[in-house]
Amino acid sequence: MAKANLMDYEKAIELFEVVIGLEVHVELNTNTKMFCGCRNDFGDEPNTNVCPICIGLPGSLPVVNGKAVESSISIGLALGCQIEPNGGFSRKNYFYPDLAKNYQTSQFKDPIAFEGQIDVEVPSGNKFTVLIERAHMEEDAGKLTHIGGATGRIQGAEYSLVDYNRAGVPLVEIVTKPVYGAGAEAPELAAAYVRLIREIVKALGVSEARMERGNVRCDANVSIRPHGQEKLGTRTETKNVNSLRSIERAVRYEIQRQAHILAGGGTITQETRHWHEDKGATSAGRPKSDADDYRYFPEPDLVPVQPSTELIERLRAALPENPADRRKRLATEWGFAELEFRDVVNAGLMDLIEETVAQGAKPQSARKWYAGELSRIANSEEKDVLALNITPAQVAELANLVESGKINDRIAREVLSAVLDGAGSPEQIVKERGLEVVSDDGALIAAIDEALKSQPDVLEKIREGKVQAAGAVIGAVMQAMKGQADAARVRELVLERAASL
Amino acid sequence: MSELIRKNASELIEMMNKGQVSSVEVTQAHLDQIAKVGDAVHSFLHISADSALATAKEVDRRRAAGEKLPTLAGLPIAVKDNLATTDAPTTAGSKILEGWLAPYDATVVTKLRNELMPILGKTNLDEFAMGSSTEFSAYGPSKNPWDLTRIPGGSGGGSSSAVSSFQSPLAIGSDTGGSIRFPGAVTGTVGIKPTYGAVSRYGLIALASSLDQIGPVARNVLDAAYLQDAIAGHDPHDSTSLTNSLGSMVEAAKHGSLKGKKVGLIKQLSGDGFQQGVRNRFAEALKLLTDAGAEIVEVDCPSFEYAIDAYYLILPAEASSNLAKFDSVRFGMRVTPEGNPTIERVMAATREAGFGPEVKRRIILGTFALSSGSFDKFYGAALKVRTLIQRDFDSAFAKADVLVSPTAPTTAFKFGEKVSDPLAMYLNDIATIPANLAGIPGISVPIGLADEDNLPVGIQFLAPAHKDAALYEVGAALEGILEGIWGKRMMDFAPKLEVN
Repeated sequence: MAKANLMDYEKAIELFEVVIGLEVHVELNTNTKMFCGCRNDFGDEPNTNVCPICIGLPGSLPVVNGKAVESSISIGLALGCQIEPNGGFSRKNYFYPDLAKNYQTSQFKDPIAFEGQIDVEVPSGNKFTVLIERAHMEEDAGKLTHIGGATGRIQGAEYSLVDYNRAGVPLVEIVTKPVYGAGAEAPELAAAYVRLIREIVKALGVSEARMERGNVRCDANVSIRPHGQEKLGTRTETKNVNSLRSIERAVRYEIQRQAHILAGGGTITQETRHWHEDKGATSAGRPKSDADDYRYFPEPDLVPVQPSTELIERLRAALPENPADRRKRLATEWGFAELEFRDVVNAGLMDLIEETVAQGAKPQSARKWYAGELSRIANSEEKDVLALNITPAQVAELANLVESGKINDRIAREVLSAVLDGAGSPEQIVKERGLEVVSDDGALIAAIDEALKSQPDVLEKIREGKVQAAGAVIGAVMQAMKGQADAARVRELVLERAASL
Repeated sequence: MSELIRKNASELIEMMNKGQVSSVEVTQAHLDQIAKVGDAVHSFLHISADSALATAKEVDRRRAAGEKLPTLAGLPIAVKDNLATTDAPTTAGSKILEGWLAPYDATVVTKLRNELMPILGKTNLDEFAMGSSTEFSAYGPSKNPWDLTRIPGGSGGGSSSAVSSFQSPLAIGSDTGGSIRFPGAVTGTVGIKPTYGAVSRYGLIALASSLDQIGPVARNVLDAAYLQDAIAGHDPHDSTSLTNSLGSMVEAAKHGSLKGKKVGLIKQLSGDGFQQGVRNRFAEALKLLTDAGAEIVEVDCPSFEYAIDAYYLILPAEASSNLAKFDSVRFGMRVTPEGNPTIERVMAATREAGFGPEVKRRIILGTFALSSGSFDKFYGAALKVRTLIQRDFDSAFAKADVLVSPTAPTTAFKFGEKVSDPLAMYLNDIATIPANLAGIPGISVPIGLADEDNLPVGIQFLAPAHKDAALYEVGAALEGILEGIWGKRMMDFAPKLEVN
């Protein structure tokens, strides 16, 4: 894949207006699939959570998962949408081997939720209102694994395996109206919007909302047009961008790529594009036209979805606080400086810190771990903090080990790296490897006395009140303790012993 | 011919209950008849002799032990081969499913098993139930026992020929546009399409989901009532199945009456252009209804004119989507072309080899009707006609308790007569299709033989949705009057089946 020539970003923004549109798929965490009783868990052994319905055997019929409908309504309400009182499902017809029936049971004309809006804040503190066109229910397809090709892609593969565990998993697709006016902040807005959707569905408890696991997936539509031009530019749809960081980068890339083409007198091809995290670039997928013919028609195997007013109002009453209110509350509860808090929000760390605090960590130490060491590691590995192999409970444990003085910062970093390597929980690791600081004053005093005796000149200086000379003794003691001592305590004891010896 | 197989289902039930005959004897008698006439009539695609006898033995054992048994326990039955069965292949009359063994039973089949009915086998049908003659079965046509050179009706010609040639006292059919009622009319048997949703479709290989309905095939109205009572009821696996009970059809059939009934004669289906012998029997039947105290009122259903057009858009549209799953990936036939084919080519080659001409015709028609350029003009317009037909029925039922028409324009035609003329074939269903479009129940009851060919003629009654019992009442009453006049049963007119 040749990397396309890109226009300088600032120049692109100067010449063109950016219009984005976002389609976010949220995988619901219902116990069972959308239209059958199979477990909604596609991490299991391939093709174990399947039945005649989700593998589309002749004669089988779907039945709507009522819980999935409720979850979808909750999402709609949280997005300020109206709820369709008399909707239903349609069939979207196309042939693909991961689609068991060769049609996807989806919603077409009358989505469960429509016409909503949410306010999204970008890192600069600017706020944009994003209009929601619709949120509709549908089923996921199975998962294809291509064997024998160079890059796991279908091109060049010898054969492909299909896992239908994911077939029929309930999804809600949230589609925005075109978003205008974000200008240079369009990429940040795209990422902030998806982050907000994640926060919302997580707060609702309707999805695990983990992007790295595909619980939340984003297709980003990008088009640009010269400032002042009324007609929208031709859009591209970058599919399945699976991290917030990638969304931002992919949108930015598309703006620069399209700007370069248009400025050179070329035209944009309407197509789907694939984002390559490693190369930091998109590549052309299949051409897509508005005339893609899915031959939608009402699903005759299902009856209309008619949520009662009572149900809708019950779900509305049960909505958790909206994300803006939540931010306000957490800012107060945690007592972070304004800038600290904004950094936390922009880095997408709010949920993690909240969970870590819930697991017993102090807010500031939770913040320090996530905004500091964990972000640094994630950055160097080019992934989201969320994708690191550590749970909030483990971070809380680690923070409390340091807080209580059981380990020092240096040991803590060592423990962290062991946790990330999958060696166990921080407490386990500290215990197994004997990393706990030596808090037994007896052992410390013995080592200090030893060090003081072997450096009589230093002892003399300390006694003369040259306290900074103690450093040499402290160093020697820490070495003798293999670093597993609380340096502050050692210092205290050194001064004490020097006076009494 | 064993006298046993000529008994009605209700008579066999009584005999078994009284210990006059065992289920094994009844089942074996029918298996013997299958062995005798099976090759000539070709009703069955699969015969399950061993499992049928095993069920029969089990019933006899439990009966001997004094257990309380379900109403139809021990009574053999045949099942149309578009219903999924775990112990016998399910082909839907198509090569693409040849040898496919379903990993689950259709809900109706489960009900038959729970009822302890020995299942004799799977009956022939036009491929995926697309046809009116069984000539589109990939496994060859079934024959009409009244005249082996003629069609037994379709798509359920396997079930109608099995019941009319005494290979089975009862059979299960499915009716999308007349596939139970038309075969009933041309074989002198009773066929009922219940209200849409009265019987679960779970496990029925879908033709057109919004039109398909499973129903009974029998030699008289009471027998059919027993079967409907056994298979009806809500099924949590079928969202479109009715949640309310429609009552006892057996009670309705036992208390059949015409007195004071308003019978609506549908102006558009009163017999104009129908075969003369059909019109004659129909006119006589109307007179018998009046004599028995019914009042004939004429009703106007102007939108029926467009029923066939709408049907042949809605059905292929749904079918084109329903049949998309036959792609070789997970089950059924797989044809792998030469070279290093893509999955698309494997799918195309399989569908090319596995589907017959009528199936391909309807898939193409339906795909076209749903495509974005023609949706409004075709599928969308057909849905509007469907609504208009429902309104015609609403106003007709405001004037009448039941509606009446001949079931079909002609008696059984000869093989080959219409197979190359799809439009002529489609016209057979002119009187039966409106009920499917409206979701209402219909029954075909034999009313004698046409003068010109001595072949059976059927009358059709239609009732409002959920009023299936009304059909059993009028059907059983008319049947009783006719048997009284004839001094015998309809099937007693049938010529002796000449088989080697």
